[in-house]
Amino acid sequence: MAPLTPDQARALMGRALRLTKADACEVNLNANSGGNIRYARNSVTTAGATEDLQMVVQSNFGKRSGTVTINEFDDATIERAVRRSEELAHLAPEDEEFMPPMGQQQYVTSQAYFDNIANITPEYRTQVAANSINPSKAKECTAAGFLQDGAQWQAMMNSAGLFAYHRSTQANFSVTVRANDGTGSGYATREANDLTKFDVDSASRIALEKAAASRNPLAIEPGKYTVILEPEAGINLLANLIFNFDGRQADEGRSFMAKAGGGTKVGEKLVDERVHIWSDPAHPDIPTSPWQGDGRPYERTDWIAGGVARNLYFSRYWAQKKGVKATPFPPNLIMDGSTATTEELIRDTSRGVLVTRTWYIRSVDPQTVLVTGLTRDGTFFIENGQIKHAIKNFRFNESPVIMLNNLDALGRQQRVSGSDAGITSLMPVMRIRDFTFTSLSDAV
Amino acid sequence: MERRDFVQLTGTALGAVTVPIWGGGQRVADFSGSLTPIPSADKKALADVALNTAKSRGATYVDVRIGRYLNQFITCRDTKVQNITNTESYGCGIRVITNGTWGFASTNDVTPDGIARAATRAVAIARANSRLQTEPVQLAAEPGHGEVAWRTPIKKNAFEIPISEKADLLLAASDAALKNGANFVNSLLFLVNEQKYFASTDGSYIDQDVHRIWPVFVVTSVNTETGKFETRNSLSAPRGMGYEYLDAGAGEKVTGPAGANTITYRDSYDMIEDAKLAATQAKAKHTAKSVEAGKYDLVLDPTNLWLTIHESVGHPLELDRVLGYEANYAGTSFVTLDKWRSHSFNYGSPIVTLFADKTQPGSLGAVGYDDEGVKCKRWDLVKNGILVNYQAIRDQVHVIGQNASHGCCYSDNWSDVQFQRMPNVSLEPGTAQMTPEQMIAGVEKGIYIVGDSSYSIDQQRYNFQFSGQLFYEISGGKIVGQLRDVAYQSNTQEFWNSCQQICDQRDYRMGGSFFDGKGQPGQISAVSHGCSTSRFNGVNVINTARKL
Repeated sequence: MAPLTPDQARALMGRALRLTKADACEVNLNANSGGNIRYARNSVTTAGATEDLQMVVQSNFGKRSGTVTINEFDDATIERAVRRSEELAHLAPEDEEFMPPMGQQQYVTSQAYFDNIANITPEYRTQVAANSINPSKAKECTAAGFLQDGAQWQAMMNSAGLFAYHRSTQANFSVTVRANDGTGSGYATREANDLTKFDVDSASRIALEKAAASRNPLAIEPGKYTVILEPEAGINLLANLIFNFDGRQADEGRSFMAKAGGGTKVGEKLVDERVHIWSDPAHPDIPTSPWQGDGRPYERTDWIAGGVARNLYFSRYWAQKKGVKATPFPPNLIMDGSTATTEELIRDTSRGVLVTRTWYIRSVDPQTVLVTGLTRDGTFFIENGQIKHAIKNFRFNESPVIMLNNLDALGRQQRVSGSDAGITSLMPVMRIRDFTFTSLSDAV
Repeated sequence: MERRDFVQLTGTALGAVTVPIWGGGQRVADFSGSLTPIPSADKKALADVALNTAKSRGATYVDVRIGRYLNQFITCRDTKVQNITNTESYGCGIRVITNGTWGFASTNDVTPDGIARAATRAVAIARANSRLQTEPVQLAAEPGHGEVAWRTPIKKNAFEIPISEKADLLLAASDAALKNGANFVNSLLFLVNEQKYFASTDGSYIDQDVHRIWPVFVVTSVNTETGKFETRNSLSAPRGMGYEYLDAGAGEKVTGPAGANTITYRDSYDMIEDAKLAATQAKAKHTAKSVEAGKYDLVLDPTNLWLTIHESVGHPLELDRVLGYEANYAGTSFVTLDKWRSHSFNYGSPIVTLFADKTQPGSLGAVGYDDEGVKCKRWDLVKNGILVNYQAIRDQVHVIGQNASHGCCYSDNWSDVQFQRMPNVSLEPGTAQMTPEQMIAGVEKGIYIVGDSSYSIDQQRYNFQFSGQLFYEISGGKIVGQLRDVAYQSNTQEFWNSCQQICDQRDYRMGGSFFDGKGQPGQISAVSHGCSTSRFNGVNVINTARKL
């Protein structure tokens, strides 16, 4: 199986396409190979390795389609898959919104594959765990973490002439260090496509520092506070905003992007004019696949620029119906920041709260994008430009729209995906006025 | 499946879908031939390759799971079938103990050679990790069960029902909602079939065929003039049943108390009726009164309370969380071992008994044996308000001085390692005869809540906030009108100690989560929670309305 070269992918998919009797046929290949290690209580708990290769064959007759997947590649199996997908297409109900496969597209080059991550060994993973566990043990703390790494190959080809190929590698690491007396906790993440950008040991160091610094937190009253949201805290809120940029939902009046009386808020000022949120599949720090699953090219796209809503994302069907560009769902998110460090933002803060991480964020009211969630793993009170002490965690009820209207300052970016958001992003540190904390949590 | 992919698939967020994360290795396929499980003898021969190879490489314990996992999703949008997706995943996962350390490897190459390679790799991984091992695995003894089989007692295999029949039902539900004033309807039917074979060096060869089903919809009502929209989600529950759950049996309906105009369901769901009612209720939300924040006595219908049980009882009593194994992802727990050892920790009021049960018929968690070969059972977690036990698996029970696993180990796929997962956790019905209507009659200032919605809880399970689908104001013992913008915030121990009344067995219904997320790499599991309508006094209610 993997690694899969472009020529191998084309040859393999061509064997299926040559057999088609359908109006249209599209073939996808997905391969992956990788491993992981998980540790907790200062000891490795699980570790594993997995690999898989699959071919997906979709056949269409008119607006009916059928899909079959195989993971064996002898001639008989491939032919059976093509025939069966055609039978399923005949049986399927007609989908009025079906869009035929796309012809050849132009894709950006996204340099996302690096041998240094594809070649990670079990011994490397064990060493990462050791470098996290041993310093924690020495400081009366306990580490729990997870490292996952691997390579992915994807390719697609169809009867309309489209061929696409992409390969990528990725390593993700997260670590929580807790003080052994149970009163402090710290967290940090790292992720990269290139091992030379994967500063994994610094994450363990930061998590340990935060665990020690957050011990014995004091309770302060819930209410409105100036907050400094570190990137891992901010992304979980921001993603909720952009995931609501669905064009059809807005057109249909069931999104905060819908206007009273009809129409959408595209072109309207939504948030502070310093806010610029965009996507770019070829960004060197967060490269993604150059295409969405249906073959549409990802390209650099502004979602909010100058505080104004610029674009919504659409299905191909809805875009065609509305006569607009079929902008795909964001492959990644980038929010512009500044060169200011978190420490510099703290120095400029007379009274506020530093938030390391947000957690369990859920939508409360989609009309205002109101979400609730909690702070976690390092929450600190700031007074007169200095961190005074650790504080107990808060529950918040806040809308990212209101939050970005209360933007006070932006700082440096970091690559994060967010434990709730799950989208590769470059997020700045943000300072926000009047952030709404609604209750205290005893959780550490 | 990542959460956002699920949201995209459904076209809109579908209420209480608890952290939907899909394990690896899924693939789209037709099911020709896959509905008939592979003969046990063939799987036994393959399993023995794994057991023998790993043992010969130095493993002291080996288990192997050969699994075929089938899913079907039928998605409808208004009057159209949007998507029919069949996914099938077949492969093998091998877990070993070598030098007192776990190792795991999986492969989709389910041949003697492929399995032998994976077994060898699992032993090598265990050996590599053993140099960091500080707590050698202590595995509770489990008798070998020999060659045994178990199957979800379904009456109709939903995978064998023609696709057109299933699509027609979803479209009929859409039609009912649209004719009753809904602007939009998104609906989905999820089907799951896990054909899993387990074998271990303890001498067990266990063949299981597990079925689950979940019909679900969201109805939206839009007021274009105000730019406002309101939704009402289905009041169905995901179940460990076959297609018979959709038979709309009249005897399984529960009509709500006077003034509420609600219908909920026990073991048979009427999707069309629910969709029709959802349309009128979503529309009524536009003109409902916005709640005044403050303390209220809450009367929680099982369609709402199941999720509160899940988050505030099910998760904190997972022993792996208590011990810190989930510290980096799902979190730890406030229910520390000292509280359990005291034998006097008041988790709830004296009428609160919460039990775990992997055998409840029709529940999502029901199986014959768990994913490490332990026969499933029922046990108490909280008895008469006092914390009495946790949920633990074979390598954990020694920590709480017990010598037998509780049988709640699970993996969502062949490709990922099994670990402790929540069994069905339920609230025992009240012993005194009481209906929801009688309960409401005793409430001076309260809110009756039906259906689940927004849910959030901290990583140690103290502070939570839940919302619902339908809210009714109770004043002077009567429902006086519909409310909106309601969410309740509380602390777990405070909340369960405020439980004043529980309706009797006649009102008992099961809710559940199809997509409970835990672990790294993330895995899902499906779990049910049963209860009767219950009353909680003096709970803090917030108003969630905001202006942009």
